[in-house]
Order: sequence, then structure tokens, then C-alpha cells
Amino acid sequence: MDWGHVLRLIASEELLSIAGLALLLVAAWAGDKASRAISIAAVAALVGAAVIVAPHLCDGASASSVFYGQMRVDAFAAYAKLLIYGSAIAALMVAPVFFERVKEMRAEYPVLVLFAALGMGIMVSATDLMTLYIGLEMNSLAAYVLAAFLRNDERSAEAGLKYFVLGALASGILLFGMSLTYGFAGSTGFEGIRSALSGEISLGMVVAITFVLAGLAFKISAVPFHMWTPDVYEGAPTPVTLFFASAPKVAAMALTMRVTLDAFGTQVHVWQQIVIFASLASIIVGALGAIGQTNIKRLLAYSSINNVGFILIGLAAATPQGAAAMLTYLAIYVAMTVAGFVAVLMLKDENGEPVELIADLAGLSRHRKVLSACIAMTMFSLAGIPPLFGFWGKFVVFQSAVQAGLVPLAAIGIAASVIGAFYYLKVVKVLYFDEPANKVTGKSDWAHQALLALATLFISPLGYLLTKALGALSATAAAALFHAA
Amino acid sequence: MDGFPILSAMMLVPMAGAIACLVSSARTARQIALVATLIDFALGMLLWNQYQPGGAQWQFTENAAIFDGFSWKLGIDGIALMLIALTTFLMPICIGASWKSVEKRVGEYMAAFLMMEVLIIGVFTAQDLFLFYIFFEAGLIPMYLIIGVWGGANRIYASYKFFLYTLLGSVLMLIAMMWMANVAGTTDIPTLMEYNFAPQAQTWLWLAFFASFAVKVPMWPVHTWLPDAHVQAPTAGSVLLAGVLLKMGGYGFIRFSLPMFPEASAQFAWLIFVLSMVAVVYTSLVALVQTDMKKLIAYSSVAHMAIVTVGLFAFNRQGLEGSMIVMLSHGFVSGALFLCVGIIYDRLHTREISRYGGLSINMPRYAIFFMLFTMASVGLPGTSGFVGEVLSLAGIYQVSSWVAFVSGTGVILGAAYMLYLYRRVAFGDQKNADAAAMPDLDLRELAMVAALAVPVMWMGIYPESFLAPMRADISTLEARVARAKPVGDGQFKAGQSNNQTHESHEGSH
Repeated sequence: MDWGHVLRLIASEELLSIAGLALLLVAAWAGDKASRAISIAAVAALVGAAVIVAPHLCDGASASSVFYGQMRVDAFAAYAKLLIYGSAIAALMVAPVFFERVKEMRAEYPVLVLFAALGMGIMVSATDLMTLYIGLEMNSLAAYVLAAFLRNDERSAEAGLKYFVLGALASGILLFGMSLTYGFAGSTGFEGIRSALSGEISLGMVVAITFVLAGLAFKISAVPFHMWTPDVYEGAPTPVTLFFASAPKVAAMALTMRVTLDAFGTQVHVWQQIVIFASLASIIVGALGAIGQTNIKRLLAYSSINNVGFILIGLAAATPQGAAAMLTYLAIYVAMTVAGFVAVLMLKDENGEPVELIADLAGLSRHRKVLSACIAMTMFSLAGIPPLFGFWGKFVVFQSAVQAGLVPLAAIGIAASVIGAFYYLKVVKVLYFDEPANKVTGKSDWAHQALLALATLFISPLGYLLTKALGALSATAAAALFHAA
Repeated sequence: MDGFPILSAMMLVPMAGAIACLVSSARTARQIALVATLIDFALGMLLWNQYQPGGAQWQFTENAAIFDGFSWKLGIDGIALMLIALTTFLMPICIGASWKSVEKRVGEYMAAFLMMEVLIIGVFTAQDLFLFYIFFEAGLIPMYLIIGVWGGANRIYASYKFFLYTLLGSVLMLIAMMWMANVAGTTDIPTLMEYNFAPQAQTWLWLAFFASFAVKVPMWPVHTWLPDAHVQAPTAGSVLLAGVLLKMGGYGFIRFSLPMFPEASAQFAWLIFVLSMVAVVYTSLVALVQTDMKKLIAYSSVAHMAIVTVGLFAFNRQGLEGSMIVMLSHGFVSGALFLCVGIIYDRLHTREISRYGGLSINMPRYAIFFMLFTMASVGLPGTSGFVGEVLSLAGIYQVSSWVAFVSGTGVILGAAYMLYLYRRVAFGDQKNADAAAMPDLDLRELAMVAALAVPVMWMGIYPESFLAPMRADISTLEARVARAKPVGDGQFKAGQSNNQTHESHEGSH
């Protein structure tokens, strides 16, 4: 093996590791004063990593395995990494204004985000259970700290603790499943597992698959492993919530795709039922759970559970179209999540305190027309009402399910989406129909405005002009996933 | 006209107007909206003028493959042309109706209406399955906002009900569309209209489309969103809702259900007949006891749309033509009636029938026009309502005399509730002093009702103008559904006298 070539292939990971370590030193020397500069440097590193990764996506054929099958550098990983780096950049951009207000902007924040992004990059390229676990834990450890970043805030500390305890439990479940898999398949590499699992498999292997999927379901917060999501999303500082709702979701979902479609790709009928159940349960529980929420961050948490359900419909199809549909949905989901949480960050009262109660947003459309219009568009988009771009995400996953012959799943899923529409409508109702509460009067930062404008533009009907490009990219990425089939 | 994308232009004009309205003051927004809708009306008339009856089935076609999985494909036939003409005609009237009565957030209001126009024209022109769905569904957003922001006291409940009812109806249609596109390998509506799906599959597809269109039309028992939405919506919202939005359901049946699933349509014709018969009788009786004027007219809309559905599923020329004319006529007449209600609502701010009375004394001009529209709604010969109802009922009579009989009672009941309404509002003593002091129509209101009176009379006296563009398309549709045509109970044969027909009718029961 030519090491120079291999090191070039994983250049994005190297860049992020070196940047992370270097910035950690800078943070230690320069202290919190330099946190803005470190953030900017971290954003630059992420942009650099994205530039390195992008060619792999454009050239679908250039897939290669590195480190004796530990990782795979292909279009699929590149697609997921681009989304992850983009989300991380957004999380870095919105953070300074938020943390500086409470004098908590510390230099560790950008460094932790960088390490989390690195871990996620490893997750999505992993083709071995070992690499998978290293990436997952690297991301998780950074994430636990990020959740508890506001040390003096009880809710933030609680979120960190909850995330840590439940995350550790999920990692345990996942490890148990992985060890069983190793026991039955005799290999930790996805290729080895795949070839060992052709034909009929033993009950023990079914249990192994179930445990692996249960562990992964926790990471993507699919029902029934979703309980931590609302609490962590509500308690974590909003920029961190934005990060949690976007990047780790993409990474964990991509990881789940890699594990199910590649490692367990020959045993579709075993995991398909699990995925179908998790998908429908997530759609329904996510929708019903959101109805009673009064805090907009909790509402968005349930909304993310709901969205995960829709994404899983594409996985249930177990076809390249399904995988491509999931990737398209993920891209749109990231844009909607960024738009949603940036809008939440912009909701501030006259003292700059964040406003999180939905009731306090009453009549916002009277004095903050553009912000309200952006929130309303995000809500309609999350509800999947055309002509907003969120509809396209739902459209492609349902189409893949119909093409795979899963018409009943598609019909039930789409009917349940109407329940979800109810609570998205509730937010629009509060913004537009209710008498003004005049709570949200604070000014917002230009970085927030720019991000919101960008994300809203993407989910506006203009997004449809991107459908061809997006479709082609996600098809290339999905094809890379099915290389062995 | 060659090459000029007139259909896209008709969507672009209101779209540009909507964006301009959002950033304008109230006064400017009103003017922009009026100008934009009038330009669109002119384009609509130009379209009618340039349309060649008997020419190609699909005219003014445009196709731009700019999306993944579907394309921007537009084109119209005679049926769509008539509905577009109706839309562009009603829109300036909607703007006029809100000229003074809407005072808060005028820019956004006008923008919502203009967006509505874009989407409605999109629905009637889309030639791609998914493009149609996008327009069809997108209309929910501006209408939700119109009802919710500018509606009456109970507007929030009504807006939710409107949105969720119609959404639930439509989503299953989307799955059916995906299945169709997957099986037929195309999303092109004209191709799909000639594609023969397996009769087994048609059953499910038909039901999925029915779920969507039945809610839109609306058919009994899923009509309950309509009275709520109408009562709470502002006047122009009601005009738009009754005048055009309900027609999307009828258009859906005529564009999708009948030509794409003829066997299933025949199979479910009786479902349609039974629901429609119940609707005609039940909603007419409900209308009779309403004390709220808007609610009364809303229920009458359900009854009239039931005549449409009955005519559509008669599988013959008279029924189809009659249904189209009823839809057009209902568009003008119910729009006009809601406008008439709106005119007196603006003066007294109540829709209670008992708060009015004797308006023919202090508002004679109003009373004349209100009378005309009342008569048109009843179906008096010489008005548009007559032509449509007679054709529809003649069509259904060939299939089932019983359905024709029960549906026919709708005309009588219609006369009852409309005349009863008119008597209480316009005749009798001027028992309420404030109602007696109301001024007659001003110039703006006169212009609107007079404009609406023209097509109502025209269609009643010379319906050929409206039938001619649709004739070829209705023949095509009739030929398409002929193979599944249900056998009528009348068993008419050429040359039989009326007497014999009557006997055979007796004999069959």
C-alpha cells in the first residue's frame, strides 16, 4: 500500500485533526479572548476540509478503501461530510453572539466542534466496526461537553448529564450488538460481515443486528430511543442544539445507511421490519409529542424525531433510489434545521434574553415581517407543504418507497404527516393570527441574518431549481454505497 | 402568438404583483393588485380569443425540463380555458370587494390573493402530474392565511379545519400519483389520460383521487369544512373559495378520475350518485333553516356542486357539458351572492338574516341585482343556472331516472331557500332602523355586481359561447369513458314516444 496515496485520501481528517490540536494549543495560550479568532480559524479549517472532500463527490467512480478496509473514501462519505462540515460552520457562525452575551464564549467551543466534525467524518467513512466506534465516540465525547457548555445554567448541565448517561447506555447496546456480530460473522470489517451473512442466518445474528440498530436508533433519535432528544435540545445552548439537530443526525444516519445497506446488505428482510417500525413510530410519536409543546426548541426536537421517521422510509425501501432519497432529504433537512434554529436564536427580548416560549411569539408578523415570514416558511417546509422545498424531501422518500413496492408504508406515513402539519400550523397561527405580545424586540446579528436568509432561500420554491443537481449528487453518493451489490 | 409563453406570463404577472404588494403601502398595494389582476384578465381574454376550438387538443403548450423527476409542462384544453377565464374574471372582483373592507395588513392581503391566482392558474394549466400536485396543494398556504388573518371571530378554528381537511384528502392522492408515474413510466398528464391502468389497480387509484377531490368539491359528508371556512373568510375569500377553489375538485374529476380510471369511475358511479343525492336533499334542507346568510349560501354551494358530480358521472355528453356549465355558472353566481352578502355586511357588520329586511325600499339597485343572482341560483330560464342544471339532469336521466328525480328536488328546494332568503332580506317591513338607513350601492359596488351580471345573463341566453371551446374535449372524454359506460335504467330507443318511455321507466322499478 502506497502510504502517500492513502494519506492524501484522508487529507480532510488530517486537516481537521491538525487544526483541532493546533487551535487547542492556541486556546490554552491565548485564552478566551481569542475565541473569535479561533472560531474563524476553525471555520477556515472546515471550509478547507470541504474543499478537499468535494472532488470525491463529483467523481463518483473514485472510491477506494484505506487502512486495509478500515475506512472507505467515496462519494457517499463525501456527500455526508459536506453536510456535516456545513452544519458545523453554521454552528460556529451563530455561537459568538449567543455566548458573549452571557460571557461564556470560551475558546474550547470551536475546538470541540472541530473534533466532533472530525469524529463524524470518521463515522461516515467507517467500513469496520472498530473505526465506526472510534468515530462515534469521538463525536459523542465532544458532544457531551458541548451540551453542558453553559456550566452555570442548570438546564445545560442537566442536558449534558442526560446526554452522557443515555449516550453511554446506547454505546453499550451498540457495542454488545457489535461483539455479537463479530462472534457470528467472524469479522469486524463490513465486507467480511457481508460475505459471512449471505444466506440464512442464525437467531443470534438476528439479535446482533437488532442490538446494533437499537444503538444506532439512539444516535439518530428514532422512536423508541428518542426520549433524550427534547430534554437535550431544550437544555443545550441554542447554537449547540442547532449543531446537534443537524450534523450528528447526518452522520448517524449515514452510518446507519452504511451499516444496514453495506454490512447487513444481504439481510434486508431482517432489518427492514425494524426500520419500518422505527420509521412509522417516529413519524407518529414525533407528531403527537409536538402538539402539546410550549417551548419552540422542544417543538423543533419533536420535529426532528418526526423528520427522522420520514428519512427512515427511504431506508426501508433498501434500494439505491431509497438511499439517494435519504441523502436528498438530509440536505434539505439540514437547511430547514439551520433555518429553524437560527430563527430561534434571533428571537430575543429587549434585554437580549432569548425568547423560547411559543406564546411569546404571538403576532410577531406585525413588527418582524421578514423574520416571521422565514419562520413560517420553515414551518410549512417542515410540514412538507409544496411549493416549499421540504416537500421535495418527503416526495423523494415516498417515491422510493412506492417504487420499492412499499405502498402501504408510504400511505400510512404520508397520512400521519397530516398530524405533523397541525403543530407546524400552530406556530404559523401564533405568528400571524394572534394579537401581538410584543415580546420579541431585540436586535439580531448580521451573521444570523445572513445564515437565515441563505437557508430560507434554499427551502423556498427556488430550491426546486436545484433538484436536478441535488438528485444527481445524491444518486452518485448512493451508488457508491451499493458498490458491493 | 406562436412561441410566446402566455400561460407562464399569466402566472408571472400576479407573482410579480404579489412581491410588489408585500413592500408597498396599503394604497399602492390595492392599485398594484387591481392592475395585476386586470392585466391577467386581459391575458385570459386574449387566451380565449386565440384559442382554436376544434384545433389541437392541447394548445399554448410549454415544456421546460428544469426539475428532477417532473417538468414545467403547461398547456390547456377547452375545459381548462373556461376555468381560467372564470378565475381571471373573478380575481379583479375579489380585489374590488376588499378595496375598503380590508384595512389591516393590506399589502400582505393583496399578495396572498395574487399568489392564490398564480396557483389556481397553475392547477388548471399544469400538464405534469407532480406539477399539478404542487399547485393544488400550495393553494392551501395563502388560503389558510387569508382565512386566519383577515377572517371573522372564529377564524382560527375554520382555518385549521380548512387546511387539515384538504391536506388529509390530498396526501393519499400523492401516493397514487407516484404509483401511476412508476407504472406508466411518465408524469405527462395527456399521456396518462390515454393510459389504460389495470381495472384492479384503478379501484385503489380512483379512491385515492376521490379522497382529494371529494373534499375539495366538497361532497357530503366531507363538506363540513366549507360552511366554517366561508363564514369566517373575508368576502373576497368566500368569492374565491366558492367561485374557483371548489372547481378544482370538479376539474380533478374531469381531468383525472374519469379519463384515467374509466372502469373504476363506472364502478363507483353509484357511490357518487348516492353521496350527491344525499347532499342535494340534505344540504338544501340545512340551508333552509340557516340564520346566517353566508352559511346559507355555503350550503347551497354544496348542493349545487352535487349536481356537478352527478352530471360528471353520467358518462354522457349532456352530463359532462352540463356539469361544466354548472361549475362556471356557480362560479359567477355564488361569487356574486357572496359579494351581495359582503356589500350589506360592510354596512351593518352582521350576517344575521333577521337583522335586515325591506332592503328593496332603501337599496333598490342592490335589490335588483340580488334578485338576478338569486334567480340564477334557483335556475330560472334565461340565467346561467338553468342551462347547466337542465343539461346535467338530462344527462343523469339517461342513466337513472331515480337519481335524476332526487337531484331534481334540489332545484325546487333551491328555489325554496333562496326565495325565502330574498324575501327576508329584501322584502317585508323595514323593521330594523339601522338596516333601513343603509345607502344604496356606490359606483365601485355597482361596477362589480354589473360585471358579474353580464356572464350570468350571457350564459343563460347564449350558452354556445361557453360550450363551443369545450365541445371537442368533451367528445374526446365521452369517447374515452364510453367503454365503461353504465347501462341506464331508462333503456331509451330511438323513435319511441314519450309515453312508451314512461312505461318502460315504470316497468324497471
